[in-house]
Amino acid sequence: MAFVDDDPEAASSATLLRAEGVSKSFPGVKALSEVHLDLRRNEVLGLVGENGAGKSTLMKLLSGIYQADEGEFFLNGERFAATSPRHAQELGISIIHQEFNLMPDLTVAQNIFIGREPRVGRFLLSERALNDKAADLIERLQLPLAPRALVGSLTVAKQQMVEIAKALSYDARVLIMDEPTAALNDAEVATLHELIQRFRSPDTGVIYISHRMDELKAISDRITVLRDGQYVATVDTRATTMKEVISLMVGRTLSSEARPEGVREDREVLLSVQGLSTKALLKDVSFDLRKGEILGFAGLMGAGRTEVARAIVGADKTESGTVLLRGKPVQIHSPADAAQYRIGYLSEDRKQYGLLLEQDVNANITISSIGELFSSLGFVKDRAMRVASQRSVESLRIKTPSILQTAKNLSGGNQQKVVIAKWLLKDCDIMIFDEPTRGIDVGAKEEIYALLNSLVDEGKSIIMISSELPEVLRMAHRVVVMSEGRITGTLDAAEATPESVMHYATLRPDENPEDAAELGLETLTQEEGER
Amino acid sequence: MTTPTTVAGAVTVSLRDRLQQFLAFASLLVIFIVFSVASPNFLTYGNVLAILYSTVVIGTLALGTTFVIITGGIDLSIGTGMALCAVMSGVMIVNADFPLLLGVLGTILFGGLLGLINGVNVALLKIPPFIATLAMMLVAQGLALVLSHSTPIYFNDIPAYSKISRGNLIPDFPNAVIILAVVAVIAGVLLNKSTLGRYTYSIGSNEDATALSGIDVRKWKIIVYTFAGLFTGLAGLMISARLGSAQPATGTGYELQAIAAVVIGGTSLAGGKGSIVGTVIGALIISVLNNGLQILSIPQEWQNVILGCVILVAVYADMVRKKEA
Repeated sequence: MAFVDDDPEAASSATLLRAEGVSKSFPGVKALSEVHLDLRRNEVLGLVGENGAGKSTLMKLLSGIYQADEGEFFLNGERFAATSPRHAQELGISIIHQEFNLMPDLTVAQNIFIGREPRVGRFLLSERALNDKAADLIERLQLPLAPRALVGSLTVAKQQMVEIAKALSYDARVLIMDEPTAALNDAEVATLHELIQRFRSPDTGVIYISHRMDELKAISDRITVLRDGQYVATVDTRATTMKEVISLMVGRTLSSEARPEGVREDREVLLSVQGLSTKALLKDVSFDLRKGEILGFAGLMGAGRTEVARAIVGADKTESGTVLLRGKPVQIHSPADAAQYRIGYLSEDRKQYGLLLEQDVNANITISSIGELFSSLGFVKDRAMRVASQRSVESLRIKTPSILQTAKNLSGGNQQKVVIAKWLLKDCDIMIFDEPTRGIDVGAKEEIYALLNSLVDEGKSIIMISSELPEVLRMAHRVVVMSEGRITGTLDAAEATPESVMHYATLRPDENPEDAAELGLETLTQEEGER
Repeated sequence: MTTPTTVAGAVTVSLRDRLQQFLAFASLLVIFIVFSVASPNFLTYGNVLAILYSTVVIGTLALGTTFVIITGGIDLSIGTGMALCAVMSGVMIVNADFPLLLGVLGTILFGGLLGLINGVNVALLKIPPFIATLAMMLVAQGLALVLSHSTPIYFNDIPAYSKISRGNLIPDFPNAVIILAVVAVIAGVLLNKSTLGRYTYSIGSNEDATALSGIDVRKWKIIVYTFAGLFTGLAGLMISARLGSAQPATGTGYELQAIAAVVIGGTSLAGGKGSIVGTVIGALIISVLNNGLQILSIPQEWQNVILGCVILVAVYADMVRKKEA
């Protein structure tokens, strides 16, 4: 491991942005304590830390959303203090948040130049000048965007490009990206990294926040690690293994990852899906889920994995297909029906589809079971609910000061446990996890994995949709791979490798496999050709 | 997790809750004291009764609509819906000679029917609540005039009808106030202790997540709107009993007063939060203001100006307090 805490005098000319002794407190919490950070010219600096380590707070200070209690910031050696996001942008610091700030009903061009629209005279907007300006910018950045396209109609990856174009249109010198690849597939990540490489120059630098170690390894020059609001270290990426970075983040060394044992072919088939199709995307999806099995669902974004889950639990309408539960056909028209059959869906978007954020832990854990366990004659049994919630909190080791804590105040990992507790209390046999560890920090991920393993040991069955290949390979007994609404392959744990899964994930169901293997690179090669 | 931590957490939360209700109650008290000092005619048994009596109609409407607003919805049809229910009461009891009890029940159930239609439109047809109930507001307004041939229906021949509101089961205490108290208790118990109440809060907190938790959100939304409709029916009964007549052209504006009472009481229009105690206090604040300003001979026109300002202050104070908490 190579620490590069250089003597600041020597490094100052190479330094683009520097933060020194920065502290920030919120009522009851010291979010940052004497943190420093330096970004060099022409550098991609990775910034890592578990959730709550203070990454977001630091970025919000740099971009003027919060003001620091203590500490100083320097840009090109000059002291500055951004007072608002607008001010930070004018200084040349642009941030791309995990959640985009885009208006879906406006066009790409309108979004990029919002608040700075070219005008005719004093009041009238010039739509043509706006689109020309956007087209120039898009061409300069070599982005596959149309200025007149509605942002809401674009994929997540393209929306992110709009954000980047917007940020760079301010002549940004420092580009901060917060978890930029959380919703991107591998090909899109490659495109993004290409874009970052093009952006970096002797006048600019990038701060790249991510949980994904493989990406940091690929894109960053150095990595700064924060833990519990404090600066831990800055390391040279090439001279450091990612395992070392993780142990700096969590303050301990993680055990090496185990692979699941062989297939469980002897086990009873609990759920059998046959010929499931939807109007929009799914075509003839069929698979079996065995008792005590984790069935991984891999595939690129948009392959239809979430749609399969939503169709099974009756959240979306299906055109055709049968669902057999323990060999018997069942009709599931709504999530309420699914819950009756003990099938629970845990969405990738916990805030939107999983939690009652403003309600307490108790309400969140018991919501699905009120009708069955906690009511008589239309009245709820509060005491029994609290006892059950308390027991769940203890058995799943949910970290919360009390079951009356509001759900939004819990960390991502503990929120996920609350959702799991809800379905355990409902006594679900089948749990469909959509991205079970999205937005959850490294240490808590391990806890979720251990929990999933103990659930299947108890005889529950799990469908695990995940875009993180290492996670699928590590957890799943079998891996179903989807592409463009169809299942293109089903692999046993022993057969499943990153290469084999990616092969099936990029397979175009209708075409021959050799063409399809290059699908992921399509956008890139096109751009290369134009250049 | 150890037991002492849990207990400590529970205590903090419930204290904060109590403080919230205390604050709303304190502002009511302050307004009350100000008027008492300003005018000797304010703090008399008769006037306090008059305040309570004038709270009945708005209060009843506000109770039902509290449920709708907590689900994140809105019901604009309760004002004219109330007038339509009053007319229906007249049609049944006066024109069609229904027995009194049947007519009374019919009126309340007719309100439930209006709510049911709102609920179906909102939950099944997915029409935004604002639009669905705006349409119902117009329909009810028109139907009230059609059914009554645009003339009031008088209950002069049925003296027992007025007794529903003006009679005194308790000496010197109007029945209307007792009825409001009883339905307020029922609404409070249902909101806090019933599955209906629990799902009302969860739908308002996050409708998608509630549905994916296996709750039949459509069914419960229909139930909530229907339940609120029963209160519209009751309000129609109470206003016609008080006046001794069904006035088809009234009702407009009552919905906004009721919504104002709910909002002053700390219920969030975004859904997920609110209480019956708050709504009762909100309705009382409106009545006390109207009554006190009248006693101080402040012109009618100014009373609405002041009420509007009170709504702004109340909601802003509530937001500031929540941000601090």
